[in-house]
Amino acid sequence: MAKASSSHRLDFEAPIIELEKKIEELRTFAESTEVDLSGQIEKLVTKCDEKKRAIFNSLTPWQKIQLARHPQRPLTSDIVTAIVADFIELHGDKSFRDDPAILCGLGRIDEQRVLLVGHRKGKDTAEKVSCHFGSPHPEGYKKAMLKMKLADKFGVPIVTFINTPGAYPGIGAEERGQAFVIARNLMDMATLKVPIVCVVIGEGGSGGALGIGIGNRILMLEHSYYSVISPEGCAAILWKSAEYKEQAANILKLTAEDLSSFGIIDEIIPEPLGGAHRDPPLVFERLKEAILRNIRELSGLSGDELVKDRYDKFCKMGEFEKRLKETVDS
Amino acid sequence: MTPEENEKKSGGHRKRKEMPDLWMQCTSCNKLVYKPKFEEMQNVCPECNYHFEISSTERIDSLLDECTFEEHFTELYPLDPLDFVAVRSYEDRLKGAQEFTKLSDACVVGTGKMDGLPVVFGVSDSRFLRGSMGSVVGEKIRRGIDLARELSQPFIFVSGSGGGARMDEGVLSLMQMAKTSVALAELDRCGGLFISVLTNPTMGGCMASFAALGDVIFAEPGALIGFAGPTVIKETIKSEIPDGFQSSEFQLEHGFVDRIINRGELRSSLVQVMRLLGCDQAA
Ligand SMILES: [Zn+2]
Repeated sequence: MAKASSSHRLDFEAPIIELEKKIEELRTFAESTEVDLSGQIEKLVTKCDEKKRAIFNSLTPWQKIQLARHPQRPLTSDIVTAIVADFIELHGDKSFRDDPAILCGLGRIDEQRVLLVGHRKGKDTAEKVSCHFGSPHPEGYKKAMLKMKLADKFGVPIVTFINTPGAYPGIGAEERGQAFVIARNLMDMATLKVPIVCVVIGEGGSGGALGIGIGNRILMLEHSYYSVISPEGCAAILWKSAEYKEQAANILKLTAEDLSSFGIIDEIIPEPLGGAHRDPPLVFERLKEAILRNIRELSGLSGDELVKDRYDKFCKMGEFEKRLKETVDS
Repeated sequence: MTPEENEKKSGGHRKRKEMPDLWMQCTSCNKLVYKPKFEEMQNVCPECNYHFEISSTERIDSLLDECTFEEHFTELYPLDPLDFVAVRSYEDRLKGAQEFTKLSDACVVGTGKMDGLPVVFGVSDSRFLRGSMGSVVGEKIRRGIDLARELSQPFIFVSGSGGGARMDEGVLSLMQMAKTSVALAELDRCGGLFISVLTNPTMGGCMASFAALGDVIFAEPGALIGFAGPTVIKETIKSEIPDGFQSSEFQLEHGFVDRIINRGELRSSLVQVMRLLGCDQAA
């Protein structure tokens, strides 16, 4: 069992962490005194697992969002380190600057050559600040597109990891055309003739997420979310206060299950009991399997078929009513 | 315009008492303006050139040849897929907007002619939930783009949306950004022309998708155009926003729109560009 770091705990994780602490204490005590406590420990472990199951099988959308934002949740950089061999990062948009909020590079997952593109939130404070906590500027999206075109030119499949609270809202971002650049990415990603697999690994924050999200396959980690607006932003608009973020999370229908029911995503990758941060190696293993399988499934399609597949996929999205045509037409 | 201006200013005060109905105060510059002139200029203030919003019907009348517009996709009506209930339910808000505008949703798409040139034309109506894009708006735009491709006609869309992607349809609205953009990619691949016209305001998810993807992008003067709303930006940077930030003029200066065009000259400019790009030579 992986130990949760004590540096950060969500309120609903508290009972689990308490039990784990007790188990740990008993183990240490048993070891040092050579008293056999295995029966007692066994019982507590069972109790802890039951508790976990009870809590994690009925998470509210807001609790899932907290997990998606958990400081110990595996980030793009962790996943790349864990599953990509031969990785070589490629920087810069060759136009303005290198935006660290998007990580790009070539590498291999097993034998499969890939281009990786992912939001980078940063590991330590300095990196977090330079990455604007995973909120890219236009040059980040331009960099992503430039590298994706490189992959396209050489027939290398593209994997993107989505994990952003949203594209950066600031003066410079607007001066450099945030809206125009994101839009261009949506359009240009549609034209690429290589398989594109997108995985939402944490936060799927609106247009900033979609900017690297036009894939043939869209996968989501179980406790990640994908939304048109953050719950805080939604609450501020509807209730004039971010305090209503839990209610907003409920009505926005932003969980992996919701997206699956709308037919937007193709697959939910299950997380370890207790969330991805409790057992990152297991998460890496599952991600790797799912990515390779999806690339393999797409590899039979020609470039034109991949483009057509993306067109068909996104054109299907949306829910509306078709009423009988009124007779007033012209 | 200058000689007229003085006359109007003084005239405004003089005539106000005798014929109150003919004069109104501009909410932008606070000057009194002659209503028939304001209307003749299609809701543009003759004093400060502020472009007030106009309805989709007025826009169609203003840009297309008389009686040539035929609306398509009228069978599409919005649903409430999220069962979205907050302070007021989405269903309620939809009904209200439908009654108020007599539209099914926030945009109108169809075929028509501009100075004899056949076009597929669409316009969002900002009176309907701030012109925001949900599934119906996305689908109508997508179908309009596809129709333009099939007919080999230019696609012209006049955007006006303060709402961007419509929150009430959640991630389904977000995906309309993808939908309209992949359709435009296909139009582009087939050599079709898309002219995007930006009016006040065009923000968020509309701006970060189809509205930004015109082969040619025109903007009306003084429109608010951008990604994040000024309030959000102010909160993030914790300081005031510079004057003129995210205006049409700002976007022109930063290289994101081709031209700023007054409402009165929009039709002739559209036709000029279409002709110069050879749209009158199509079979
Ligand atoms: Zn005025």
